[in-house]
Amino acid sequence: MHGNGTEDAGFWAPLGRGGLSSWIFSTDHKRIGLLYLALILAMFAAATVIGVVLRLKLMTPGNTLLGPQTYNALFTLHGVIMIFLVVIPSIPASFGNIIMPLQIGANDVSFPRLNLFSWWLYVLGAVLALVSIFTGSGAPDTGWTFYVPFSERTTTNVNVAVLAVFVLGFSSILTGLNFITTIHRLRAPGLTWNRLPLFVWSLYATAWIQVLATPILGITVLLIFAERVLHLGLFDPGRGGDPLLYQHLFWIYSHPAVYIMILPAMGVVSEIVPVFARKPIFGYKMIAFSSLAIAFAGSLVWAHHMFTSGMSDLAVLIFSFLTFVVAIPSAIKVFNWLSTLYKGSISVEPPLLYTLGFIFMFSVGGLTGLVLGSAGTDIHVHDTYFVVAHFHYVIFGGTGLGMFAAMHYWFPKVFGRGYDARRAAWAFWISFVGMNVLYMPMFVMGLQGMPRRYYDYLPQFARLQFVSTVGSWILVAGLTLMFGNLIAGIRNGRRVGANPWGAATLEWTLASPPPHHDFPQTPVVERGPYDFRGVSADD
Amino acid sequence: MTEMHKDYAAAKMGMWLFLFTEILLFGGLFLLYAAYRHRFVLAFHQAGQALDVVLGGANTVVLITSSLFVALSITALQQGRKVRCQWFLALTILMALVFLVNKYFEWSAKFSHGIYPGSEHLAQLPQGQALFYSLYFAMTGLHGIHVLLGAALLGVVMAFVARDRVRQDDYVLLENAGLYWHLVDLVWIYLFPLFYLIS
Repeated sequence: MHGNGTEDAGFWAPLGRGGLSSWIFSTDHKRIGLLYLALILAMFAAATVIGVVLRLKLMTPGNTLLGPQTYNALFTLHGVIMIFLVVIPSIPASFGNIIMPLQIGANDVSFPRLNLFSWWLYVLGAVLALVSIFTGSGAPDTGWTFYVPFSERTTTNVNVAVLAVFVLGFSSILTGLNFITTIHRLRAPGLTWNRLPLFVWSLYATAWIQVLATPILGITVLLIFAERVLHLGLFDPGRGGDPLLYQHLFWIYSHPAVYIMILPAMGVVSEIVPVFARKPIFGYKMIAFSSLAIAFAGSLVWAHHMFTSGMSDLAVLIFSFLTFVVAIPSAIKVFNWLSTLYKGSISVEPPLLYTLGFIFMFSVGGLTGLVLGSAGTDIHVHDTYFVVAHFHYVIFGGTGLGMFAAMHYWFPKVFGRGYDARRAAWAFWISFVGMNVLYMPMFVMGLQGMPRRYYDYLPQFARLQFVSTVGSWILVAGLTLMFGNLIAGIRNGRRVGANPWGAATLEWTLASPPPHHDFPQTPVVERGPYDFRGVSADD
Repeated sequence: MTEMHKDYAAAKMGMWLFLFTEILLFGGLFLLYAAYRHRFVLAFHQAGQALDVVLGGANTVVLITSSLFVALSITALQQGRKVRCQWFLALTILMALVFLVNKYFEWSAKFSHGIYPGSEHLAQLPQGQALFYSLYFAMTGLHGIHVLLGAALLGVVMAFVARDRVRQDDYVLLENAGLYWHLVDLVWIYLFPLFYLIS
C-alpha cells in the first residue's frame, strides 16, 4: 500500500498522528470521497448479495428457501439500500468529491467541514437503516416506496427506516449545496462555464435536483413517521386522509431522484468518450445544456408513476407528454457521444468498454422507459417485471456501469497505479452478459403479466425465471473478477505517471496520486477540456 | 486542504440554497394544504373559526418584531457596537420564547377540547375539519420546531459574538443566522392567514 515512506504517496501519506482518525475526521475532499466510495461499495456488496438471494428464491416456483415475510423484508431492504445508500450518493459523493475540485482547479470544496458532516450523516443513515432491520418487530416489508396505507399499518420497523431515509436525504442535500457553491465560486481563472468539463456540468445539474427535490422526500417520510407515531391522519384514509397525495409527494422527489442517479454517470461518459476517441466532444454546449434540461423537465413528470392510481385523463395526457419531452435531451446526449466516436481514433481501454456498455444499456432502459411513459402501454405493464427490467437497465446498466467506468478511468489518478487491463475487459464482458441474461427475460415476463414483488408465480414463468437467476450468477462472477482485479491493482499495480490516458482536464496535470494540497499554484485555464492538441499520455 | 479562506459570497450562497431547501420542506405541506383546501372549502372555513385570531395575531406581531430585532443586531455589529448587538440578539431570542409560550397555551386549549392528532373527538369531526386540524398541527408543529432551532442558532451566534469569533469584520455567521430567522418569520406570515384568517 501507499504511505510507507515513499515520496509519491501523495494524499495517502500519513497526516498528523495518522491512523483512522486522520481519515474519518479529515476535511480533505479526496479522503472524504474515498470514505464515501468505500462505504458505498460495501453497501453495494451487501445489497447485491440480497439481490442474489432473492433471485435464488425466484429460481423455482413455490415455497422454497425463504418464507414470504422474509422475502418481503429482503426486497424492501434490497431497494432501500440500493437506492438511498448506493445509487443516489454513488458517483457525486465519491468521484464528485474526489475529482470535481481537481477538475475546476480548486483545492477543496467551498465548505470542507460541511462536507465531512454530510459523510457522517451518511454513516448515521446507514446505521439507522441497519438498526431498522434488527430491532423492533421485524425488518420493514413495504418496498422502498413506503406506500401508504400499508406503511402506516404494518407492524414492522418502518419508523426507524424512514428516519434513516430522512437523514440520508439531509446528507444528499448538503453535498448538493456544497457542490453548487463550489462550482460557482472556486473555478480557476480562465475556467469559464464554456470550458467546464462535462462531468462538472452534470454534477452541477444533479446538485440542483438534490437541493430542490430532496426536501420534499424529507417532509414526506417525516409525515409517515408522524402518521405512525402521532396518528396524524393526513394520508390515512381511515382518518380522512388521501393516500394518493402520498404518492404525489413521494414521486415529486423520487422521480427527479432517478436523474440524481443517472446524470453524474452521463457526465462520466462525456469525460471518457472524447479521451479514448482522441477527439473533442461533439456538441459540447448541447450536452451541457441537456443536463440542465433533464434536471428541469425531469422535475415535472412524477405522476407517470401513477397512471393506474386514479388521475384525470387530462393529467395523464400531460404527464405522459412531459415524460416524452425528457427523452429528447437524453437522446441528444447519446447521439453526441456516438458522433464523438465517429471517425475517432478509438482505443478500447477498460474505461471505454464500460462506457460503451453504459450507452447500450441506457439506450435499452431509456427506450423501454417510453413504453412505460406512454399512458396506453403503461396500463398493460404497470407494476410488472417490465418496470423492474427497465429500472435495472437504466440504474444498474446505466449508473452502475457509469460508476465502474469512473472507477477504471480515475483509478490511476487516485491510487497512482494501474490495473490489469485484460482482466478488466474480461470482467466487463462477463458482467455485461450476466446483466442482460438477468434482466432481459424480465421484459418478456413483464409483457406476459408477471407482477413485480410477488413471492410466487405461475408455472408458465418458470423457465424465464430460471434463466434470469442464472444471469445473476454470471453477473456476480463478473463483478467479483472486476473488484478482485482492482484490489490487486491497488496492492501491486504498475506505477503510473500523471496522465496515463492523455486526457486534457485539469486533474491529470497533477501527480498520481495528487498531493495533500492539490494545486501548488492556482492553474490558469486557456483551453477547453477536450482540446487534445499537444496533450500526450504520460505513463 | 483545510486552511479557511473566508469567502463571504460562498457562505451567503450556501445559506440561500439551504433556505430554498427549508422552503421546499414546508412546500410539501403547503401542497397538501392546497389540495385539501380545494376539496373541503366549507369545512376549512368552519374549522378555521375555532382558532383564536387574537392569539395568532399576537404571535404574528411578536415574530415580526423579532425579525426587526435581529436586523438591528446585525446593523449594530456592522457598526462595531458589540454590546448593543448582543442585547438585540437576546431580545430576539426572548421574542422566540414568547412565541412558543403563546403557542403552548394555544395548543393546550385545543388539547383540552379533545382536538389533537389521533383523538376520538377529531375522528368524529367531518373529514375536512379533521384534515384541517391535522394540517394545523403538522404545519405549526414543524414551524415551532424551526422557531426552537432558530433561537438555538441565535444563542450560539450570541456566544460567538461574546468571544469575538463573530465580529465587526467577520459577521457572515450572524448575517446567515439572521437570514434563517427571517425565513422562520416568513413561514409564519403564510401560516397565519391560511389557518386563522380563512374563515
